[in-house]
Amino acid sequence: MTAFFQTLGMSYEWAWFVSTICGILLIALPLLLGVAMIIYADRKIWAAMALRRGPNVVGPFGLLQSFADGLKVFLQETIIPSAANKGIFLIAPVVTFTVALMAWAVIPFNSGAILADINVGLLYVLAISSLGVYGTIMAGWASNSKYPFFSAMRASAQMISYEVSIGFILICVVLWAGTFNMNGIVKAQQDHVWLLNGFVFNPLLFPMWVMFLISGMAETQRAPFDLTEAESELVAGYQTEYSSMAFAAYWLGEYANVLLMCALNATLFWGGWLPPLDIPVLYLVPGIVWFLLKVLFFFFVFSWVKATVPRYRYDQLMRLGWKVFLPVSLLFVVLVSGYLMATGHFA
Amino acid sequence: MTAAQLIKSFTLWEFVKAHWLTLKYFFKPKATINYPFEKNPLSPRFRGEHALRRYPNGEERCIACKLCEAICPAQAITIEAAPREDGSRRTTRYDIDMTKCIYCGFCQEACPVDAIVEGPNFEYATETREELLYDKAKLLANGDKWERAIAANLEADAPYR
Repeated sequence: MTAFFQTLGMSYEWAWFVSTICGILLIALPLLLGVAMIIYADRKIWAAMALRRGPNVVGPFGLLQSFADGLKVFLQETIIPSAANKGIFLIAPVVTFTVALMAWAVIPFNSGAILADINVGLLYVLAISSLGVYGTIMAGWASNSKYPFFSAMRASAQMISYEVSIGFILICVVLWAGTFNMNGIVKAQQDHVWLLNGFVFNPLLFPMWVMFLISGMAETQRAPFDLTEAESELVAGYQTEYSSMAFAAYWLGEYANVLLMCALNATLFWGGWLPPLDIPVLYLVPGIVWFLLKVLFFFFVFSWVKATVPRYRYDQLMRLGWKVFLPVSLLFVVLVSGYLMATGHFA
Repeated sequence: MTAAQLIKSFTLWEFVKAHWLTLKYFFKPKATINYPFEKNPLSPRFRGEHALRRYPNGEERCIACKLCEAICPAQAITIEAAPREDGSRRTTRYDIDMTKCIYCGFCQEACPVDAIVEGPNFEYATETREELLYDKAKLLANGDKWERAIAANLEADAPYR
């Protein structure tokens, strides 16, 4: 894209700047639209599994429900508690929302279609997703209210716990792919096992994927790990004191994070923009279609789990993270690296 | 933990089973109705919005006996009465505070002339609280509006009373 703007007579620096801005808009705007539709889809899927109908009045099949909700929220008053730390209180949702969008910079949508093709892409994702907890903890602290505070404590403990095992799981992927570059990881999955594209078909990495999926749910605080907003004990968690657009920013950020987790599942384990089978005919379909199909499938899985599994108790959550996932993922790091050493993968 | 339990727990067998179940439900027909467009049938005894009825000749039924006011457990009804110009005793004020009402139906049970009734209407949400403080005019208007449905319901329920 930089080359295109250079032909318009711009210097290289300006062309790079303009093309990067365009790239950001190309990702962020469809993403926001996608988040709106995905919220609708989430409600519909959840409703269908509970034999309900879900939103069906606003627009055809209720498709415009999220936009109606957005408009409603936009017109409401932003209430700031008098005892709140005003600055942090208002910055917190911005942090959550921004961080949720930032990680998309290194997600490959197609071969080479990636905003920042950096060599430490996966490391960048880990760093950004760790930053996500700041939005939550700032909100909990700045609200100066007990339930948001409890919720922020829970959220930070939960995200840190699961990030540890996610780190080990990603190490397995990186060991096998031999690169931190997201595009490289996707390419490494081509023809991985008998024409199948994707690390998930590898018996050693399949359990890693299952754990990644579950950890991803914990990381994004989705049900069954939505203890941070357990309404029966914490009202609405760290969002309790938020209203209007600040609340909507949390909502959007949360779902952007969920979509990001789906995209990571697709990219790291299911071959990203590669078709599921390494057959030339399937490459006629553009890579972005395969990628979006995989993302949507994983979003369905996320909603499906939400509709099925009841919320974990806090001690169960911690036990799962530290006493099951951490040792098992460590074991698999040893197994995977041992296997790769034994078969001469690194030679 | 036996070996079987261990295998079950590590293969997430119960989660797989649960998700299979919810997936089956995903494709089942909906159990709920499409509410604003479809409605469930209501019993003739349904206790909804209140109405003051009239006789077919247009004379209001209420004789201001205040039995409903007396029996109302929520004390939602306020009645003031005075003789009308023709000498008959009528209410000058008949208010129901719909925000207090608990829809027990005692008022219509107490009424000797079937004047105050709870009709079949349940869709009378308002934007302000004040609109729920019903006065006599509003109740009589309700009676005129719902008379046919109310009369049919009373007739359908009469054999059981």
